[in-house]
Amino acid sequence: METPITKNIRAGNGPPDLKSYEWAGGYRAVRKALTGMTPQAVQDAVTASNLKGRGGAGFPTGKKWAFVPMGAEARRPKYLVVNADEMEPGTFKDRLLLEGDPHQLIEGAIVSAYALEAEIAYIFVRWEYREAARRVARAIVEARGAGYLGSNILGSGYNLEIYLHVSAGRYICGEENGLLDALEGKRPIPRSKPPFPQTCGLWGRPTVVNNVETICNIPHIVNNGADWFKSLSRSEDGGTKLYGASGRVKRPGLWELPMGTSLREIIEEHAGGMREGFSFRAAQPGGASTEFLPKEQIDVKMDFDSVQKAGSRLGTGTIIVLDDRTCPVGAVHNLEMFFARESCGWCTPCREGLPWVREILWSIEEGRGEAGDLERLETQCWQLAPGHTFCALAPGAVEPLQSALKIFREDFDRHIREKRCPWK
Amino acid sequence: MATIYIDNKPYVVKDRQNLLQVCLSLGFDLPYFCWHPAMHSVGACRQCAVKLFRDEKDTRGKIIMACMTLAKDGIRISIDDPEAKKFRAGITEFLMTCHPHDCPVCDEGGECHLQDMTVMTGHTYRGYRFRKRTHRNQYLGPFLHHEMNRCIACYRCVRFYCDYAGGRDLNAFQCGNRVYFGRHEDGVLENIFSGNLAEVCPTGVFTDKTFRRHYTRKWDLQTAPSVCVHCALGCNTIPGERYGTLRRIHNRYNGEVNGYFLCDRGRYGYEFVNGNRRIRGPLLRGPGGGEARPCTRGEALSRMEEALHTPGRLIGIGSPRASLESNFALRTLVGKDRFFSGVSERERKLSAAALEILQRGPARTPSLHEIRRADAVFIIGEDVTNTAPIMALTLLQLVPCKKVALARSLQIEPWDDMSFREAIQQECAPLYIASAAPTGLDDEATRVYHATPDDVARLAFAVAHVLESGVPGMEGLPENVSGLAGEIACALKEAERPLVISGIGGGSLSMIEGAAAISRALRSVCGKGELSFLFPECNSMGLALMGGRSLAEAREVLREGDADTLVILENDLFIRDAKPAVEELLKSAQHIIVVDHTHNRTSERAELVLPASTFAEGSGTLVNSEGRAQRFYRVFVPDGDIRESWRWIQDMISISGRGEAAGWKVLDDIAGAMAREMPEFEAVTRIAPPADFRISGEKIPRQPHRASGRTAMHAHTDVHEPMPSDDLDSPLAFTMEGYGGQAPPALIPRFWSPGWNSVQAVNKFQQEIAGPLKGGDPGQRLIEPAEGVKSASPDKIPEAEGLRPGEWLLVPLYHTFGTEEMSVLSSSVAERVPAPYLALCPEDALSLGIGEGEAAELIASGEAQQRIRVRYLKGLPRGVAGLPVSLPGVGMIDLPQKVSLVIPAKTADTGKV
Repeated sequence: METPITKNIRAGNGPPDLKSYEWAGGYRAVRKALTGMTPQAVQDAVTASNLKGRGGAGFPTGKKWAFVPMGAEARRPKYLVVNADEMEPGTFKDRLLLEGDPHQLIEGAIVSAYALEAEIAYIFVRWEYREAARRVARAIVEARGAGYLGSNILGSGYNLEIYLHVSAGRYICGEENGLLDALEGKRPIPRSKPPFPQTCGLWGRPTVVNNVETICNIPHIVNNGADWFKSLSRSEDGGTKLYGASGRVKRPGLWELPMGTSLREIIEEHAGGMREGFSFRAAQPGGASTEFLPKEQIDVKMDFDSVQKAGSRLGTGTIIVLDDRTCPVGAVHNLEMFFARESCGWCTPCREGLPWVREILWSIEEGRGEAGDLERLETQCWQLAPGHTFCALAPGAVEPLQSALKIFREDFDRHIREKRCPWK
Repeated sequence: MATIYIDNKPYVVKDRQNLLQVCLSLGFDLPYFCWHPAMHSVGACRQCAVKLFRDEKDTRGKIIMACMTLAKDGIRISIDDPEAKKFRAGITEFLMTCHPHDCPVCDEGGECHLQDMTVMTGHTYRGYRFRKRTHRNQYLGPFLHHEMNRCIACYRCVRFYCDYAGGRDLNAFQCGNRVYFGRHEDGVLENIFSGNLAEVCPTGVFTDKTFRRHYTRKWDLQTAPSVCVHCALGCNTIPGERYGTLRRIHNRYNGEVNGYFLCDRGRYGYEFVNGNRRIRGPLLRGPGGGEARPCTRGEALSRMEEALHTPGRLIGIGSPRASLESNFALRTLVGKDRFFSGVSERERKLSAAALEILQRGPARTPSLHEIRRADAVFIIGEDVTNTAPIMALTLLQLVPCKKVALARSLQIEPWDDMSFREAIQQECAPLYIASAAPTGLDDEATRVYHATPDDVARLAFAVAHVLESGVPGMEGLPENVSGLAGEIACALKEAERPLVISGIGGGSLSMIEGAAAISRALRSVCGKGELSFLFPECNSMGLALMGGRSLAEAREVLREGDADTLVILENDLFIRDAKPAVEELLKSAQHIIVVDHTHNRTSERAELVLPASTFAEGSGTLVNSEGRAQRFYRVFVPDGDIRESWRWIQDMISISGRGEAAGWKVLDDIAGAMAREMPEFEAVTRIAPPADFRISGEKIPRQPHRASGRTAMHAHTDVHEPMPSDDLDSPLAFTMEGYGGQAPPALIPRFWSPGWNSVQAVNKFQQEIAGPLKGGDPGQRLIEPAEGVKSASPDKIPEAEGLRPGEWLLVPLYHTFGTEEMSVLSSSVAERVPAPYLALCPEDALSLGIGEGEAAELIASGEAQQRIRVRYLKGLPRGVAGLPVSLPGVGMIDLPQKVSLVIPAKTADTGKV
């Protein structure tokens, strides 16, 4: 089984430096793309590979790129932004790539920027990822020293600068547009779409924002071709995927597996199954903002379409397992506490709705729930639905709640009926 | 035009608008918070949700935000859809979760947009049962009271203050529902448009602090349409009164003039009306001067008779802050040749020149609304921010046409505020400023040029020359200046609507002529371009139109013994001319009669002082810098003998045994007489409906139909309800009875419409949102450029002039708070007035060895020496010193002029004055 994006990562070792990265075949894609391919050819390869964005929404990367105005008439500079503001609770996949193989990210960024004819790339790293930022910074210096960055890279006539930007540390900075605001030095507030960043993004210029894992796949697609990339997958979506598992499993962790590996295989084989005395009750397949999948769905294939059909989202592919000895109301409350705190405060439903949701959940958990509370929560879920709010934070925040109200209805009712948390 | 369907009915609407604006223009009641007609859409509050349907067959539809959706042809929406209504009620409920519901003790209560919208959405019962989030309030200075708990986070305040008005010390802090709008720490809000927050805020977070000191509910305020008297722009206002006290000033929308906003000088300057320096009754002073004693009206009239007994021994001094009618009455009393305009020789000359240029053309003077559409501006010698603040606010909004086109090519409409700002990257239209001293707009300018007034004028002429011939064509012009001239000429030429602004403020005739030369060149070469001259006071333009000789000439007439009696109309001569000159003038008059509303150094010298009304107690007409005549109406009836100045002067005319004024029964009569005498004022007779105008036989009430307490207000003196005073001058009445519908635009005493109690009710008075008022924006332009007249002989280009060693060129500086005579008497404004100072550039100060805050002696020819503290002012050219004009404590000096400075020898207590 091939694991292209993690092949250089060895637990316990530091990341490969420039030499070892090059020795392992690194920067071949830069050479190949910049000296032998047109930007359009790189874009075509990515489109053909069926690579879908790994940040959570699963939007086809090639399609995203295709919206960028190309050629002499495009407004410049154009920007590529690597979103490394990984802050979704339960998600820690990008950190592995940032800390484990920063040169792979730089290489991906160079090739992607070349495909977009972008002159400037930013790597936007989460505030808490200090070690990652240090390692990426070092890799940028090395890459520039080796002539992979700067002007006339490898004699191709292509110029690119990459800057590292460490975020100020808010969840909303990871939202595509909030991120752009943060980069511009403004209060991070999502922007209305349209216009999309591809036409009017950073400082009003064409901009593409891609997730770390997405970018890390690019060099391998360029090197090995779209067909190879598709062959890695067990589903329609191309490539491998970094899957993670947290919760009361025997071996919480992160594995690069073929896209479309089943939830059961990840939990039972790679995570070693549930810990003694705990049994699997439900899971959030892709981070805190995805709907719970109940036990009956454990055989779902973990690719974008299959998880969608099962009633949730693949999201970031990092699974949070809910066991039978944890109170689901408390678990959901914990999630909503995070989202209510991290709302940027721009639009009313999110700013005022989430704290209210949090308060209701806490009062239910504390045994102060009232009749009508669950109906109120359902109304809030409607009020915070996609399109009703300014960005996707609030709809994402109520996704677990919405599913919990269905799957764990009896648990909610018991809390209110018995005026206590049955798990305490 | 586009056809849209609202609840299945077709409507034809303008292209490229958003649905919210369209729905409101069509008269629908669709609630909103974050959207503002001047600041447009950002989609934050989610209150204006409607249902969008794909086509006629679509029955499910989806909820969208009207403010963020283009009203494109064929679009189908529903406002009445039950789900949309439920959603809107839900949003209001969200907004109200932490709102304190303290309406009974909130200053906004009764004119609160949040109250109105809550009622409109039908949210009545609050389901939120948890602890409310609370905030700490801040001290924000003398103008605004802060009560953050009421905040519903619509973001209008920061969008107005930072994005619209260019402020830097108010922002949104924190996130989630802890989001906080305030300063980084307690302190005075610095921006001079801060007071608008009281109107922009949809609830009671930012409220008028001066109003709070003598608070009354909106429904208890007696109001009338008025015009601001604190600069020459003539912003329309709504002053409110109760119990004989003026309580506050609100904006009165006029699409051609001020739009939605006022500056803080205009909003807070009103307190002089209630001030203890008011002249409340006639006063007599003995021949030897000394303390004046109050007298009866009869006594006053008989003294008047004595003073006026010798015909032909009389001269009158008018005023740029008195109404056209009062100035005209004085002119009638003394005769055309003995009417003096009451401004300095320099100001009279500059005003006359500016007026002549505008009348001659070919460039036209634009309204503020038209200025809003300019896309390249060159300001010559005016500190617009400090002399005409609202014009500066207008200039901050200019966007080059090509940027609008760029945004549209990205499918972004200018009303999509956030995206539009992102697309154009805050890029403003080219703005060039050339002046002798730094100005408030320097930070916003493309390029700034600071030099002596003559050098500024030379740059202006060079620009004109480049426009005409492609080269500056001037000897000895430094390379950087000719380069700048080329750049400015290019920007003006490329623009679709170039605008040149200059004014009286710079004190330089050659700058005014330079501005005229550019506008002439633009007109003749490119066939475009507008020219705006700023005048200093609320009726300076009116006075210029009326003519009249200067104060220096008045002095001459008195000195030669051609007159012995002086009638001074609403004018403190000590701010017009140097003290020795004014002293001479006053001393050579045997009798001095002053008609004014406020005591000043001139009224202290009069043997007879007659109490005049302020703008709030009388009606009249003012002409703004644009040349627009506008009517202000009496807001309330003052106590005692306070009357419009023209009525006192009318008495003087009658007492002199003359009949000219016999027919002046009401304001319309004197305005009519003025128009007959001076045809340039003909349009004044058309600026408002005449006094006998009635709707359904009724007058328009100054009090709202909800006004309370009228049977109780006077009950402590008389249990009988007094007869309301009659207002002969206008169709407005001092009662709550009368015509309840919408008044004609010039007579709108307040904006109110059923369900719309806040200032946002103005939506219902406009032809379309942010467009003209129904019936047309009030005011009549008195100046249009003469047609087909070729430019006059070329102006004289000033020589580049150096300064001799030890000589300083002293230039005028302006302060929003401090320069204007009346507003500084307002206690809130007074807090913002700087201490007197003399400005030097740091390099000059250094070479003089004078530190900041140390004193210098200022010696101007023929004037008293002044000792004044030095302040460093970066950007002032070398050899140029600045002195704030009319600042309390600064003596009047005719500026600019050459002066010398003496630095007192330093002693142990260095620099202490």
